[in-house]
Amino acid sequence: MTTFLGMPGLPVATERGTLRGPDTFPVAARKALGDTQLRKNLGHATSTIRAKRARVVGELDDWEELRAAGAAIKADVMARLPELLVQLEENVTARGGHVHWARDADEANRIVLDLVRAAGTPDDPVTSVVKVKSMATQEIGLNEALAEAGIAAVETDLAELIVQLSDDTPSHILVPAIHRNRAEIRQIFLDHMPDVDPGLTDEPRVLAMAARAYLRRTFLAARVAVSGANFAIAETGTLAVVESEGNGRMCLTLPQTLVTVMGIEKLLPTWRDLEVFLQLLPRSSTGERMNPYTSMWTGAPRTSGGTADGAPDGPQDLHLVLLDNGRTATLADEAGRQALHCIRCSACLNVCPVYERTGGHAYGSVYPGPIGAVLTPQLAGMHGHGADAPAGGDPVDTLPYASSLCGACFDACPVRIDIPSMLVHLRAKHVETAQAQRRVPGLPASAENAAMSAAAWVMQDAGRFSFAEKGLQLGRLLARDGRIRSLPPPLSAWTTSRDVPAPPAETFRQWWARTRGDRS
Amino acid sequence: MTTSARDEVLGRIRTALGRTGTEAPQPSPVPRDYRTSLGEEPGAPGLLDLLVDRLVDYKATVHRCAPDAVGATVAAALAERGARRLAAPSGLPAGWLAGADVETVTDGATPDGGTLSVATLDAVDGVVTGCAVAVAQTGTIVLDSSPVCGRRALTLVPDYHLIVVRADQVVGSVPEALPRLDPDRPLTWVSGPSATSDIELDRVEGVHGPRTLVVVLVEG
Ligand code: SF4
Repeated sequence: MTTFLGMPGLPVATERGTLRGPDTFPVAARKALGDTQLRKNLGHATSTIRAKRARVVGELDDWEELRAAGAAIKADVMARLPELLVQLEENVTARGGHVHWARDADEANRIVLDLVRAAGTPDDPVTSVVKVKSMATQEIGLNEALAEAGIAAVETDLAELIVQLSDDTPSHILVPAIHRNRAEIRQIFLDHMPDVDPGLTDEPRVLAMAARAYLRRTFLAARVAVSGANFAIAETGTLAVVESEGNGRMCLTLPQTLVTVMGIEKLLPTWRDLEVFLQLLPRSSTGERMNPYTSMWTGAPRTSGGTADGAPDGPQDLHLVLLDNGRTATLADEAGRQALHCIRCSACLNVCPVYERTGGHAYGSVYPGPIGAVLTPQLAGMHGHGADAPAGGDPVDTLPYASSLCGACFDACPVRIDIPSMLVHLRAKHVETAQAQRRVPGLPASAENAAMSAAAWVMQDAGRFSFAEKGLQLGRLLARDGRIRSLPPPLSAWTTSRDVPAPPAETFRQWWARTRGDRS
Repeated sequence: MTTSARDEVLGRIRTALGRTGTEAPQPSPVPRDYRTSLGEEPGAPGLLDLLVDRLVDYKATVHRCAPDAVGATVAAALAERGARRLAAPSGLPAGWLAGADVETVTDGATPDGGTLSVATLDAVDGVVTGCAVAVAQTGTIVLDSSPVCGRRALTLVPDYHLIVVRADQVVGSVPEALPRLDPDRPLTWVSGPSATSDIELDRVEGVHGPRTLVVVLVEG
């Protein structure tokens, strides 16, 4: 597979339908905007979390210093990735764990499937696994791959359970069922949860208790768990999972076999680095000073001291699968590799005026929102109308345009990922490809190609580019005042019209004309 | 011969980084200008008040007592709960349960470790343990699988967890806690009872982990 992004020869993610939706963003966004219940649910949930986050971030007078440290640590990780991964592998292995490497989604799925099978016996095969919420396993489509092999993957995170029971797809990286309100969740439980109390109310506490009762037996009998990891410490071989409900602890503690699937970028060099990230992550994600539970384990965990010194504490058959799947292609682009710094806190989704209106499904990727708009095109590649592209053009190509460049995501990001600049960079790269492809005889000149020339126009001239930055400030004001009713410009062109979307070229020019008076 | 996935992924990373030879870059300096301490000694009165405030905020119940009153305080808390049968780790100080009218089952008292089955843990009324460190600023208590904390399942399966925290175990912030912990031990950082924010992003206490968290803070 070829792609214009990254270094030639570095392959993008294998296509499992988890990064590339059927529709372009404008088409999907327009559908989403017509769903008033969805917009209400999202508006309520994101405003709740924004207020909580602002309060706990405001409690720390060294927040900016923590962000700066977080950004520097992640940049250091990328620069030393080969050495740090080897160090992690040595430390995990030395403490009784097993490390596996996967080039892509298919390889990772095969590895996990083999491990699950190996955990059973011919007389007593493993037919189900419990899962802790993990973006990496969603990205590789692990549940589907296991199901094809006759193994049921039971999601144990409440929001994931809601999504799984209703045969839905996640719409947020932290709260996958954010698009559902309590009444809808109650109905999903009544319809799909075996043995549920028919008198169930829509009180969140009652719904949480129903999930506890439903999953309890499954946890206590589970033999194999599959997890992701929030952090891996190269220096010590320690893996960490940050969670709230205790479902993570159940999965990480009770089964005999634990398989952790982790992107190669999730590393931290030293134990000390946790002092930065354990402050940044909970405050940014759930708006808590600390999440209820964080589990850390190093190799096959053992108790220490006392009569039971060295006795097993949790799964002793322990595996770590290190996943590439387009990450090296992302790393190859110096201006895009910052997307790999992401710690999946979801703060950028919660503050994004576009996400708040369209929800996550419109992005067609397990990574929605601002970070999804820069990560997905790099992991999956942008194929334009080339030979690798789906008929009608690649929906992924529209993601870098799914933003008003208002800058709220950068302000919220705990590791200072400059998402707006990366969006502009990816738009420029996309336009280069589109132009190159237009020169190839036989390829249709599409409306999308024409639309994208807007970005080329901005990118070709330094003065216009600085104007684009000016526009960034304008969008910021609009978002903060909350005065935008549909999508902010230039996306409004996509969402307010039922006709063929107006080429953003005009929108940019209008925008320029409108704001020119401020330039002096 | 085909290249192993390991060699190929490592090779791709080197290519992506534009590495040509076997150069091994040195760690880049990290600006650590954030607070690495709240500036108070472990157990300082201000830290204890802060810890209590944060624990209560996340719906834990807190009892403060003097060192000679631990047994009585634990006993009163267990009586209030109506707990009859309790699990305990092998290294629980004898005095902590001395005043309580309960039957105790002890985990990990033999070298083969886990003597209590998951079914047993599921049937007890609660568990009493100590801890390794507490972080005042975040209301966090860290368990480290040592004899006074027990193995992880012990503090997970029962629905009620009472933790005795000594004042000298209370530090100000996360950066002060990490150097006191051994990464080779399995660690569980607990901040309040289990909770979820998955329904409309509102926090609701009590999901899969213990639904009740009681902290006895021993001062002086
Ligand atoms: S990009 Fe930043 S704000 Fe967005 S999810 Fe990642 S770490 Fe959080």
